[in-house]
Amino acid sequence: MVGDKGWKKWLVISFFLLPNFIGFLVFIGIPILTSLGLSFTKWDLLSTPEFIGLDNYKGIINDAEFWSALKNTLLFIVAYLPTVLIVALGIAMLLNKNMKGRAFFRAAYFIPVVSSWVAVSLIWKWLFNPTYGLVNYFLSWFGIIGPDWLQDPQWAMIAVVLTSVWKDTGFVMVLFLAGLQNISETYYEAAEIDGASPYKKFLHITIPLLTPTTFFILIISLINSFQVFDQIMIMTEGGPAGSTTVLVQKIYNHAFRYFEMGYASAVSWVLFLIIFVVTLIQNRLQKRWVDYEQ
Amino acid sequence: MNSDVTVVTKKQTTQPLLSLNKRKWLNKIIFYTTISVGALIMIIPFLWMLSTSIKDQGATMTLPPQFIPDTITFTNYAEVAESFPIWKFLFNSFFVAVTSTLGQLLLCSMAAYAFSRLHFRGRDTLFLIYLATLMVPMQVTMTPQFILMKYLGWLDTYQGLILPGLFNAFGTFLLRQFFLGIPKSLEEAAFIDGASHFRVFFQIILPLSKPALATLAIFSFMQSWNNFLWPLIIVSNQELMTLPLGLSILQGRWATDWNLLMAGVVISVIPILAVYLFAQKYFIKGITLSGIK
Repeated sequence: MVGDKGWKKWLVISFFLLPNFIGFLVFIGIPILTSLGLSFTKWDLLSTPEFIGLDNYKGIINDAEFWSALKNTLLFIVAYLPTVLIVALGIAMLLNKNMKGRAFFRAAYFIPVVSSWVAVSLIWKWLFNPTYGLVNYFLSWFGIIGPDWLQDPQWAMIAVVLTSVWKDTGFVMVLFLAGLQNISETYYEAAEIDGASPYKKFLHITIPLLTPTTFFILIISLINSFQVFDQIMIMTEGGPAGSTTVLVQKIYNHAFRYFEMGYASAVSWVLFLIIFVVTLIQNRLQKRWVDYEQ
Repeated sequence: MNSDVTVVTKKQTTQPLLSLNKRKWLNKIIFYTTISVGALIMIIPFLWMLSTSIKDQGATMTLPPQFIPDTITFTNYAEVAESFPIWKFLFNSFFVAVTSTLGQLLLCSMAAYAFSRLHFRGRDTLFLIYLATLMVPMQVTMTPQFILMKYLGWLDTYQGLILPGLFNAFGTFLLRQFFLGIPKSLEEAAFIDGASHFRVFFQIILPLSKPALATLAIFSFMQSWNNFLWPLIIVSNQELMTLPLGLSILQGRWATDWNLLMAGVVISVIPILAVYLFAQKYFIKGITLSGIK
């Protein structure tokens, strides 16, 4: 800060920070506090908000639909997360090799990542069509009669998970690729001299040295999975029979379909608390398995 | 990658040639088959989308499904363009994505400059508050943001679509990290020569930060282009819909006319794919750069 004194210094600071700060306050800061405040009220947007204390939160506890939305969200996460991690790691390992057509393959795996969720959901909705869709046609080659994916409460969530894995694999793969490229060749060379098998090298070098990357991917994927919405809104709208209604779908329904702003805010705060606690737990657990030795 | 190759060749000489060659070939075949099958799974849905978009309605319901239809027709595109303001959707998407990207680049880089290069009381506390908001999911703020838009009369307006998306701590965080890595000595020399903060920012810091700016640009463009929930909440006028939202109402109208629907999807996917293929190098670099810190 050469030569900046008093008001001149504040002028400089205001010039750089204020535009962002005001917007941040208006569109992020105040809304966060407002939403916390609203969560203790009953409000339909038209009448004046009515303070009802903890009633919304008590209501959530007794709201069977909330618990089923939470269960569906967790089901999504449990099916989606390990699958996308394993598939993406596998592909990243393959694409990390020196090979012909690497650019092409990377592009192929990345095309779904850049396409919008709405476009992807519509394509897959058509692919999952029970009579004319490619998925069941493909299954029929093996003599399997595929289900009516999106209309069947038992299969709808699985269809959503498959679509999500398909779309996100490329993204997770790129993160793994970055992690793999950070692993120094010397580790493998040393193992080679000791006569380690590829399997041993994978287990004792790749996996441990990849734990920081994996931890990072786990954190962001988990946070994102709790907020899954677009694909569900397009493919099933939460149906059939509520089998794919997730937490965000529930928040959306209460806020913008039933105009229960207070209740919607309360559910969104519960969602935040869940994400917060899960992230804290992940941070605690990382010391046990994440290896930052590099 | 070079060292990888030398290791392999070293190993080759110590083992019998024939069986090794065979094994190498077998490995290669398995390797290429696996990644090709994977790539096919990624690409076939898009090919199927293309193929459906040039079929007449009857041909979408033939069994077995035909990849290349007997009669190829482009009337679906014409029909989509006639019954929906699809060009308007396309324009809106571009306009919103470009403005919010440029806006974010400017606002975030300026704030990041303040947070990394200027000194004032409470700076680090304020930055921590910024960071803390990153943990709050968008769903928490969306209801009050919607109410705010309603009271400002900004429902169904461009400013309503664009402005709230300009402010999030991610961009400021990313750029601040990068600015912190630029040596102080560079700007000190400029200050001694009498340069202002304004000049230092635009002529030293920004030009040196191209990779970080490109990363943020990629992120905000993609996010804005593909955003669905926010437009869904605040736009009801067709004239202001962006592509994802436009597609979702297309779906409502033509629930079973897959050929028309897929024509709409093609129109929405092509521009972003073109952008991606054009900027592929930066795209992947941008994601890895910001991904692992």
